[in-house]
Amino acid sequence: MSKLVKSIREAVILSGLKDGMTVSFHHHLRNGDFVLNMVMAEIAELGIKDLTVNASSLFDIHAPLLNHIENKVVTGLSADYISAGLGRAISQGIMDKPVQFRTHGGRPKDIATGKTPIDVAFIAAPASDAMGNCSGKYGPSACGSLGYAYADAMYAKKVVVITDNLVSYPLQDWSISESYVDYVVTVDAIGDPKGIVSGTTRITRDPVGLIMASHAAKVIETSGLLKDGFSFQTGAGGASLAAAKFLKEIMLQKGIQGSFGLGGITGYMVDMLQAGCFRNLLDVQCFDLTAVESLRNDPRHQEISAMHYAAPGSRSAVVDSLDVVILGATEIDTGFNVNVHTDSNGVIMGGSGGHSDTAAGAKLSMIIAPMFRARMPIVTDRVTCISTPGKDIDVLVTQGGIAVNPARVELRESLVAAGLPIVDIHELKEKTERITGKPKRIPHGDKVVAEVIGREGNLQDQIFSIL
Amino acid sequence: MEILKRASAGTMESSDAYVEIEPASNGLNIQLESVVKGQFGESIDRTIRQVLSEQGVENANVRVVDRGALECVLRARVETAVLRGKGEQ
Amino acid sequence: MRRSMLFLPGNNPNMLINGNCLGADAVIFDLEDAVSPDEKDAARILVRNTMRYMDFRGCEIIVRINSIDTPYWKKDIDAILPYTPGLILLPKTGTAADVLAADAYITEVEERLGLANGTVGLMPLIETALGVENAFAIASATKRIKALFLGAEDLTADLQCKRTKEGREIEYARTRLVMAARAAGVEVYDTPFTDVNDDEGIEIDASLAKSLGFSGKASISPRHVEVINRVFSPTPAEIDYAYEVMEAIALAKKQGKGAIALRGKMIDAPIVMRAERTIAMAEALGLGRREEV
Repeated sequence: MSKLVKSIREAVILSGLKDGMTVSFHHHLRNGDFVLNMVMAEIAELGIKDLTVNASSLFDIHAPLLNHIENKVVTGLSADYISAGLGRAISQGIMDKPVQFRTHGGRPKDIATGKTPIDVAFIAAPASDAMGNCSGKYGPSACGSLGYAYADAMYAKKVVVITDNLVSYPLQDWSISESYVDYVVTVDAIGDPKGIVSGTTRITRDPVGLIMASHAAKVIETSGLLKDGFSFQTGAGGASLAAAKFLKEIMLQKGIQGSFGLGGITGYMVDMLQAGCFRNLLDVQCFDLTAVESLRNDPRHQEISAMHYAAPGSRSAVVDSLDVVILGATEIDTGFNVNVHTDSNGVIMGGSGGHSDTAAGAKLSMIIAPMFRARMPIVTDRVTCISTPGKDIDVLVTQGGIAVNPARVELRESLVAAGLPIVDIHELKEKTERITGKPKRIPHGDKVVAEVIGREGNLQDQIFSIL
Repeated sequence: MEILKRASAGTMESSDAYVEIEPASNGLNIQLESVVKGQFGESIDRTIRQVLSEQGVENANVRVVDRGALECVLRARVETAVLRGKGEQ
Repeated sequence: MRRSMLFLPGNNPNMLINGNCLGADAVIFDLEDAVSPDEKDAARILVRNTMRYMDFRGCEIIVRINSIDTPYWKKDIDAILPYTPGLILLPKTGTAADVLAADAYITEVEERLGLANGTVGLMPLIETALGVENAFAIASATKRIKALFLGAEDLTADLQCKRTKEGREIEYARTRLVMAARAAGVEVYDTPFTDVNDDEGIEIDASLAKSLGFSGKASISPRHVEVINRVFSPTPAEIDYAYEVMEAIALAKKQGKGAIALRGKMIDAPIVMRAERTIAMAEALGLGRREEV
């Protein structure tokens, strides 16, 4: 028996893909991914139409999708995150059906329960054997974790592994096993390493970012959660990484050993592991080469699936055991609702990813954002899009003060007692507008271009076309 | 006093504004590009006109590329460009 | 109170408009070294507008103008004086005559603006060998002088020696400046520590400055501000001791005793003065007295 097929085209034909079906992709190759474009080009040439693309995330490199949308090859899109290049076209109304946005936890849950069934999953694999045992840890296009691809592999009707690094059977230390895989295709390159992982991520030198990071570390120190067994997730943004650095200094000084660091993993989290701040790292995606190398070599650094990471309504997910998460925002309103889907002009430029999942699970979810960016205040009366509901957000840290969700009375009191600059979120909004002026609200179009599906499967918000 | 020569001020960095000014004979012709045009366009236009009027400029071609400058920054950049255009700096 | 003073480049809008959020007791808007000659006009107007329109409550604004041997310094003073900076930092001050020249022009502009004479204080930046040797004459040249400020980068260039982290080369300048400033009854501030990534180094350097008698320290990086503030704040033990001193004094007065000992040491006038300073600073910082346990 052989699963090896000669080309992507042959795999598509053998998979039985037909008009109206759903194909899926994972995004660990990020803005260096060649696979989605290669597959969709073959599909288009085969004349298959009316497909739904279910991708864990879409990046600017996937711009050829716009042609497939215009030509009706693709008529449905589902993703957890869509970067600005594609997002602008979607906001302009290029699709007839609204895009469905899910969270990193909601996506695998809906795949597993059959709410969003996948006909053919295409899995970009930096290393695979001929039977489809595959991994992201090895090879010229190594990306580390394959966390987002597990649900696709386990539940799609047909699974095609695409690799540029075919190894002899069996690949040791596989992530996804051959038992899920139907076909294996080799290609010259699945991606551009420069776009897959960044080099060393550096912490910010921006003074505003540093002061926010310092506030954030003090909030965590004061929250009562920073003790042995502490667990933590942070994004890859400059201020978030600086906060992680300050936190590391506090943990080392106080001799605190945490239990785990979670999420998309950067070299900074690896530093914290190696310094003894955590016993383990649980990794759904690697952001840089240091993280890839650590995942490959350090048994304390463990790959997890998106389901294990964040799926709501499962028996449990790691986010349910998370103490503190640091998150970003393009807007936050006086009800603490956060927007990470659009910019303040209403143009799609992101998505929840794990934002809502970690905010819902963590005991303390903290937003770090400057009071204003390029004259646009961060705090509004109502966010353009509710990506994460305010009930799940506890604290907003800005350079001009720290706002605490009024539901968190005790937290507020302990932060005040620690001498941190606490400010009511309404006052923060007014203080900011005194500096920037009050922005006029931009009117939007009538067409719904995207639906934001909440963790519980609810329709949480709609994103409208831009004018 | 009028603009005597072409001049510019400011930068294209975020939170700054880049202003170009040149002599003209048919009133004020203001060209505005801004990342926050929808939210602050009218206010930015008003600010530019105010500074020009304070400086007694009645004829000029003005191009402003606003990268989210606060009003006090925008005012500073327009004023600097005007003074340079008048040859006063 | 100026524990920390943070330099901000005068032509960088993003830094200036956020200057009051960076934790420093004072910011120094820099029109001199941080601004190239062809942007002096732009920076001057930008700094003036920041002072005019932004709310810097809780953070003092100091402006480093250009030195008096340039064509810029009078224009700098003209632009900023209406918005009354906390202090003007006068670079390359070498002699009392330099200070008197600046003082005369500031007085003239104050009169023109209808400001009381002496509204705006002057802080000479001592960064030449001549300036160090003339430190007392400079500090006592006019009542407008509120403090001396040591600039070690230019000074070491003038001394033809290397600037080191340990700072042996500026030991004399530091002690000389503290002596001169205290003799003249003004404050004295230490030069920035320039390695922004050396967290241990800034702590050692700031502690050294405090131990020599400096009132505070300048910084070129917001990352150093927190350390400097901590080093130049009274410690809880110092605050407790200060209150004990004041209580002992009050008790002694009540009992009609002239002299009193605390912890086996005679309390004399300098100790009382120090205790009063400590308490004033603690109260200003909201540190107050710790609750009895």
